[in-house]
Amino acid sequence: MDTNTLITQFQNGSVQAFEKLYEMYGQNILGVINVILKDEVRSQEICQDVFVKVWKNASQYNASKGRFFTWLLNIARNAAIDELRSKSHKQQQKNLSTDYFVDILETEEADAPSLDSIGLSKILDGLKAKCREIISLLYFKGYTQKEVSETLDIPLGTVKTRNRNCIAQIRKNCDL
Amino acid sequence: MDIEKYIASGILELYVAGSLSESENLEVLHNAQQYPRIQEEIEKIEQALLQLTEASSRNLEKPSFETIVPTTPESTKVIPLKPERKTPWTTYVGWAAALFFGVGLFWMYNQNQDLENTIKVTEQNIQILNDSVSSLETAVTDTQKVLQMLRDQNTKVVDLGGQTAAPEAYAKVYWNQETQKVIVDTEGLPEPPDGYDYQIWSLTLEPLTPTSLGVLSDVGQDGEQLFELANTNASEAFGITLEPDGGSETPTLEQLYTLGTTAP
Repeated sequence: MDTNTLITQFQNGSVQAFEKLYEMYGQNILGVINVILKDEVRSQEICQDVFVKVWKNASQYNASKGRFFTWLLNIARNAAIDELRSKSHKQQQKNLSTDYFVDILETEEADAPSLDSIGLSKILDGLKAKCREIISLLYFKGYTQKEVSETLDIPLGTVKTRNRNCIAQIRKNCDL
Repeated sequence: MDIEKYIASGILELYVAGSLSESENLEVLHNAQQYPRIQEEIEKIEQALLQLTEASSRNLEKPSFETIVPTTPESTKVIPLKPERKTPWTTYVGWAAALFFGVGLFWMYNQNQDLENTIKVTEQNIQILNDSVSSLETAVTDTQKVLQMLRDQNTKVVDLGGQTAAPEAYAKVYWNQETQKVIVDTEGLPEPPDGYDYQIWSLTLEPLTPTSLGVLSDVGQDGEQLFELANTNASEAFGITLEPDGGSETPTLEQLYTLGTTAP
């Protein structure tokens, strides 16, 4: 079934459609949260919260605001970052830096690829530190182009082109 | 519009990241709808991101869908249990106490009613006993009076025998000439028919002159049998006749029931 049809049915309150969308994107959202929190149990809890919120706010999604996955991504990273800033994570707040995300993407330990997906190390193969940095900020932290430009102290146009090149490397690794 | 240049600008990667402004988002959407090449590129970028983020989950198991949208009846069953638990135990105790006192009051009311009834019955019994005592006292007084009169040496007993109208009838007159009183014993007289009373007469024989001593009303088994009357006459005989209620001026001789002379 077409993803757009599923999204329409989901917005009309179809639990079955929502379940299919969850099968499609659940693991990705869990991955995003896990990158931010680096706590498997909390990540699972926040992932559940995120999809409960998605179900409750189904009507708020609008294609004019962007891709459905992007909408999910935005809700997930906001929830994860909120959790990160909460009391239980205050001890680690110092680590809420760019390096933190880079570290996560650089980590190669316990990287066991599942049968139907490519392993993280394969996806990140040959990716420069600058790329990990910019991908972390844009996709996992939800920075705007301008915020990235200021954080990394590079021109606005460079943000776009550098990011495109970095994504191109990942696409190459994934044969996309 | 140069599609390849547009793609190469990197705007589509930012579109998938959600880093664009609202107007930029609309612009990309518009272009994607217009140019399939752009739509295809967006989907490939998204695919790359999906690969990356899925791999980032490190095969960590995502929560079951059940925990997000509960569909089993169990979860709906749990909900109504809560309000029940919220009812404080004091409410039950309160109701129990109210019920207990209600039942208690009803029981006491019934007890009170029973006691009042018992008192009423007892009072009635006492009244009945008092009545019978006083009627017994009256009877005893009467009997003593009769006995006293009978014992008196001045009392003369006159037997009145049955006459033509009532051969079986008889009566007795106890006459104390000193106290000038008579007691008439109507034991032997039949009960008078309705509308009639016996009347006793004092007679002097030559010439025959009857004088009424009084009407013996309510003679019978349940009525009076002893009548105390005054007699100031020099009676030579007593006669009892049946007269209409209230008595007559002169005796109806056809209805003379008993007659007896005072001479020994």
